[in-house]
Amino acid sequence: MTTMPNAGLPNAPLPEIWARFQETSPLLSPANRAKRTILVVGTGLAGSSAAATLAEQGYRVKVFCLQDSPRRAHSVAAQGGINAAKNYKNDGDSVFRLFHDTIKGGDFRAREANVYRLAQLSNAIIDHCVAQGIPFTREYGGYLANRSFGGAQVSRTFYTKGQTGQQLLLGSYGALLRQTAGGRLSLHPRTEMLDLVVVDNRVRGIVVRHLLSGQVEAHAGDAVVLATGGYANLYCLSTNARSGNVTALWRAYRRGAWFANPCFVQIHPTCLPAQGSQQSKLTLMSESLRNDGRVWVPKAAGDRRRAPDIPEDARDYFLEARYPAFGNLVPRDVASRQIKEQCDLGLGIDGGRTVYLDLEDAIRAQGLTAIRRKYGNLLDMYQRLTGDDPANEPMRIYPAAHYSMGGLWVDYSLMSNLSGLFVLGEANFSDHGANRLGASALMQGLADGYFILPNTLGPYLAQAGPNPIDARHDSFRSSQEEVNAQLGRLLRIRGSRTAADLHRELGLMLWDHCGIVRSEAGLRAALAKLPRLREEFWGNLMVPGVGVDLNQALELAGRVADFLECGELVVQDALHRRESCGCHLREESRTEDHEPRRRDEGYAYVAAWEYRGQGQAPGLHREPLAFTLVTPGQRSYR
Amino acid sequence: MEKLIHLTLRVWRQSGPDRPGRFHDYQSGPVATSLSLLELLDLVNERLTLNGEEPIAFDHDCREGTCGACGAMVDGLAHGPKAETTLCQLHLRDLADGGLVVIEPFRAWAFPLIKDLVVDRSALDRIMAAGGYVSVDTGGAPEANVIPIPQPDADQALAAASCIGCGACVASCPHASAMLFVGGKVSQLACLPQGQPERARRVLAMVAAADREGFGACGNHRECEAACPKRLSLRHLARMNREYLSAR
Ligand SMILES: Cc1cc2nc3c(=O)[nH]c(=O)nc-3n(C[C@H](O)[C@H](O)[C@H](O)COP(=O)(O)OP(=O)(O)OC[C@H]3O[C@@H](n4cnc5c(N)ncnc54)[C@H](O)[C@@H]3O)c2cc1C
Ligand code: SF4
Ligand code: FES
Repeated sequence: MTTMPNAGLPNAPLPEIWARFQETSPLLSPANRAKRTILVVGTGLAGSSAAATLAEQGYRVKVFCLQDSPRRAHSVAAQGGINAAKNYKNDGDSVFRLFHDTIKGGDFRAREANVYRLAQLSNAIIDHCVAQGIPFTREYGGYLANRSFGGAQVSRTFYTKGQTGQQLLLGSYGALLRQTAGGRLSLHPRTEMLDLVVVDNRVRGIVVRHLLSGQVEAHAGDAVVLATGGYANLYCLSTNARSGNVTALWRAYRRGAWFANPCFVQIHPTCLPAQGSQQSKLTLMSESLRNDGRVWVPKAAGDRRRAPDIPEDARDYFLEARYPAFGNLVPRDVASRQIKEQCDLGLGIDGGRTVYLDLEDAIRAQGLTAIRRKYGNLLDMYQRLTGDDPANEPMRIYPAAHYSMGGLWVDYSLMSNLSGLFVLGEANFSDHGANRLGASALMQGLADGYFILPNTLGPYLAQAGPNPIDARHDSFRSSQEEVNAQLGRLLRIRGSRTAADLHRELGLMLWDHCGIVRSEAGLRAALAKLPRLREEFWGNLMVPGVGVDLNQALELAGRVADFLECGELVVQDALHRRESCGCHLREESRTEDHEPRRRDEGYAYVAAWEYRGQGQAPGLHREPLAFTLVTPGQRSYR
Repeated sequence: MEKLIHLTLRVWRQSGPDRPGRFHDYQSGPVATSLSLLELLDLVNERLTLNGEEPIAFDHDCREGTCGACGAMVDGLAHGPKAETTLCQLHLRDLADGGLVVIEPFRAWAFPLIKDLVVDRSALDRIMAAGGYVSVDTGGAPEANVIPIPQPDADQALAAASCIGCGACVASCPHASAMLFVGGKVSQLACLPQGQPERARRVLAMVAAADREGFGACGNHRECEAACPKRLSLRHLARMNREYLSAR
């Protein structure tokens, strides 16, 4: 183990750290900013807000994304809302309380100073988004509406009906496009980053593949910003968009960037279950449904009656029974785990992997109109996707992989251990510890992009000076050659399995061995299986076509290749963390009443993994976590 | 239990913009009606791949109707026969058993074909770049509740803003007009106090950009509203027309 680089925190009391940082950091003059090129990969909330703001500040910015338009990044799919500590409801909210809830929600595995800053910046995000004309939902009097979300005791969530992510993204996308007109910002859609170029421990640029022409090109820059989203698609089926990947992060990891807490992936309890092998997506059903919906399974395994025919006394409302105080509103991890356990016991509907989420009692008590007023769009969505009407028959749900708390390690400036590589949004590890609270990812992405990076990049560049290496440098050429060689290799295997098929196998295996509940034996089994699956991939993959035009199968194959490697790191991280923490239960670490036990004595740290070469065990760096304003306590919902 | 059906997919295949294209038929074999049409295309593509043939290229991403990436003409209708549905939300149960399903790319002069069902819709981004925003730099915004906005105005603005940029309105319009798309953004910002300072400039610039990109003029055929998966109302288009006239 080597020593950790300093997280770069100024020495000050928690509430003053960010101000102190800004006051004491060197600045880069506007004239100098115009000479610096910043490469931003990703156009979700984090990437587009960062790119737009940096261009406003006078930097030259190049922006890359996979989709045909920056507006399609998966941030667009967030429905629920975005948190801020405005305390508009006069219900006792504050910056401290938002900070406290986020740290506690993360089960005390996040860096205190980063989370405090996030809570401090939350209000400015709402101010800015309102100024952009984002049509937040409002009260009759014309003031902004708030709701309580994800079990929070205060109402601090801002929303735009069910389209919060979409509307926030259209705001930052507009800001991005506005900068293209000024010529300082150029857009490179349908482009995939496939390598990071690092010389002398400083990042010099990236190598990308243009997805329509297959052309592999190099871009040099003074800094690289990765805002490439999360990697929940490791599990193949998830709530994420199909293009979700770990490729940008993984290639950076292989060039020396540390991967922090890779095993922390959130499993969301209320998603549409998988039906058959061809399903492409586990669509998220908002957890607000648990406010009125009751979760149950038949008491008897093998009870194949239709739900309405199963009498009350033959139903097991297992969340209410086990957690009387919280009932159906237990946190995401508790609900997910319990649902899985019921199904593993053979009690799932028709013996399979689904349980009921039932609005029947709520409809009886409040009337269908009232229920539709609250959840109309969700009920319609469910019906559109499944063909069943939740007013007549209970919904069927099952947990799915949803959000990666883990990501590349960053310091207080959001810079990785590699000089000049910044990581934003879901791609970094920084704020959510071992579990993320609802409505806090949008907040983090926009805090990172609008406010943090624009204030930390200048100080870095002022100290580091310009990058003297351009894209014709040998290091770019050799990286391009490696990328081309890998693409060629994928195309030449000509075996008998598709990348999609191998991805499914990987996903199912990880779901079973490294999902909601983990055990030493299961994780070891996964470690034994992974190299064989990788061998199968490199020996028996079939990618049709050529590399010089749009080849979606080739794109997927490259991403699956990286998932196969990343999966191993995820399992290794899970194996080494012999505690139950955040959204994961470790079998060997339970309390007497069978609940998860966190082990602060051994594991109150961030695990940052360093690549040591193909076939070598990765190195582990531990960033100890100290808490000054909160006292870690065991979560209990019994 | 799962219902199975059989379909013949007649899909437009074209390997590149300058290559000839033609329809090609694919038999689905027995497939569950719970599949979406795009999941059936995934299945067909896996079979093609294993035969060493080129899979059908199509754009898609979120698979839940929000990103606007997917889109094709299904039996002559943008996003298929079901109302308020994106292509990715169209399921086999929405189609007739044993039937023929004709799938073609969105066709419009301003949407050049790239490959198979994939077209280039970047013209829509360029229209947005002409003025689809409020010019506010990060940092100077006043407290969010300083300006109350009447709830009906906020609701109108949100309805106008729900466009996902899929281009179905263009593909379904006999004139390949993008005016419902432009109208959504113009109308959203015209409803809000934040949009006022640039109100006139915005509508003129966005309409001019749409002309420049080769989108047609609106001929009042109303096909766009029917095809729009988010049911953007023609009210927004009408409001844009008023905005345009008073700005000139
Ligand atoms: C269904 C769903 C609902 C959610 N609801 C909420 C909610 O209500 N509230 C909340 O706070 N959070 C929610 N979340 C979480 C939140 O939406 C995401 O964490 C957040 O939007 C991620 O933003 P991002 O900018 O980091 O990445 P993304 O929005 O995922 O963007 C990633 C970008 O990177 C690009 N990219 C990726 N890889 C490459 C590559 N190799 N080369 C080039 N470009 C690349 C993509 O093209 C894209 O532009 C939800 C998530 C999901 C999936
Ligand atoms: S107006 Fe409707 S049809 Fe047109 S791009 Fe927007 S969402 Fe698609
Ligand atoms: S794939 Fe996103 S809307 Fe259809």
